[in-house]
Amino acid sequence: MIIAERKPLEEIKNMLSGYKEILVVGCRTCVTICWAGGEKEVGILSSQLKLASSREGNELSILEATVERQCEKEMVIEELRDKVQEVEAILSMGCGVGVQTIAEIFEEKPVFPALNTTFIGMPEAEGVWVEKCGACGDCMLYWTGGICPVVRCAKGLLNGPCGGTRRGGKCEVDPEKDCAWVLIYRRLEKQGRLDLMERYYEPKNYRAVKRPGRIEAATA
Amino acid sequence: MAIPFREALKTKDFIVTAEAAPVKGANTEKMQEHIELLKDRVDALNVTDNQSSVMRYPSLGTCLLIKEHGGEPILQITCRDRNRLAIQADLLFAFSRGISNVLCLTGDSIDVGDHKEAKPVFDLDSVQLIHLVHTLNSGKDMAGNELDGGVDFCIGASATPSADPIEPQLVKFRKKLNSGVDFIQTQAVYDLEELKRCMEHAHKVDRKVKVLAGIVLLVGAKMAAFMNENVPGIFVPEYLIDELAQAPKGTGLSKGIEIAGRLITQIREEKICDGVHIMAIGREERVPEILEAAGL
Repeated sequence: MIIAERKPLEEIKNMLSGYKEILVVGCRTCVTICWAGGEKEVGILSSQLKLASSREGNELSILEATVERQCEKEMVIEELRDKVQEVEAILSMGCGVGVQTIAEIFEEKPVFPALNTTFIGMPEAEGVWVEKCGACGDCMLYWTGGICPVVRCAKGLLNGPCGGTRRGGKCEVDPEKDCAWVLIYRRLEKQGRLDLMERYYEPKNYRAVKRPGRIEAATA
Repeated sequence: MAIPFREALKTKDFIVTAEAAPVKGANTEKMQEHIELLKDRVDALNVTDNQSSVMRYPSLGTCLLIKEHGGEPILQITCRDRNRLAIQADLLFAFSRGISNVLCLTGDSIDVGDHKEAKPVFDLDSVQLIHLVHTLNSGKDMAGNELDGGVDFCIGASATPSADPIEPQLVKFRKKLNSGVDFIQTQAVYDLEELKRCMEHAHKVDRKVKVLAGIVLLVGAKMAAFMNENVPGIFVPEYLIDELAQAPKGTGLSKGIEIAGRLITQIREEKICDGVHIMAIGREERVPEILEAAGL
């Protein structure tokens, strides 16, 4: 899933300055699960914005909506078509894809991002999400025991750990994080596949995804 | 006039290199003083590449200064700041100007340096960088194009004898050796048993590779303890920290020089490895004293 974090209230307030009628739009998919932009967060941010603005003598009129998937045009149109007519600006609490989907459909209205989209990851514990995939377009997880060195190694190294590994197999960059290559070693050891560690991996092909990425299904 | 480092690796019983640390700024006076002081006393001067991810005068520029002064430079190249095009271009330029030794490193993380918001490159890793230099040596670039005017680099790589856990590090070490390197330069090492294990490991893969033990000059007990806490891959044993702590006030640096001299002497006398690489980190002017303390 896509992980995101809400921007600081001050930044959001500054983005919206000059607009009085605003539609705040959440998404029920990834950003709901990472507590950043679901229906609940839409309610909280709307209240905070109203309160903060009214303190400055500036009354905001806020409409709220939450789309099942902000990255799907049909769902966005269905949910927002009427509400958009009543506002001057849209504040999206979706990921960067959600923001752009809304902006593409309602071209005449300014759309602002309330979130910073951070990575593709998963929940690790209550309220903790970790990055797992870099969407590199050239998956090598089958060689590395199902642990991605591209994003879980701070340097994205493909041929083993750097010399900066801390005692106990922690990362040079952050002693709280595990060295991905130590994890890979231990996983492959458990599977009796340590021979995979010895393999030389060629430099990554950065054309695996030609940016900006676009895929057409063979059957389309 | 210095002999090529590759020759020194082949002919000398005990090889000594020293680190030349580029300055922050364009004033090269101090570096030139250090180069003059050391160029005839060591087999090569090894120049760091934006060491610790702190932006400085370039490794390539400092290597040129060493050449101009008649010394033998080793160009350190990290994968942190340049992609494969930039690295190859720099190597071509280096070779065209008489710089023919390269130490292939991954590079410290951007996060430990002074430009923490920069984009880390790491298009290649250190093993891939070794392969790249071999490719250039074969007369082609990484894309398979013929080079007009080839290169012939003497290739070095690093090792971390004190890593914990050591096994994943050894896998990487083997990959470097299997890629073909002329010399290995270790991270600072104070526990000579660890160095012996590193040597045994190296010789299992490549009997001919030359290994230089990294010697970082300790300037006091505080610095040693700080390195243990903060510099991954370096471990100063307790007994050395005690020795530094017991040195009379103001003599920490002299004690450090004595310790470095002693370590080098022991490495040489017991033939633990093929030489040393001295890193004086900001005290380059004291390197001659270390050499004297080691009887070199």
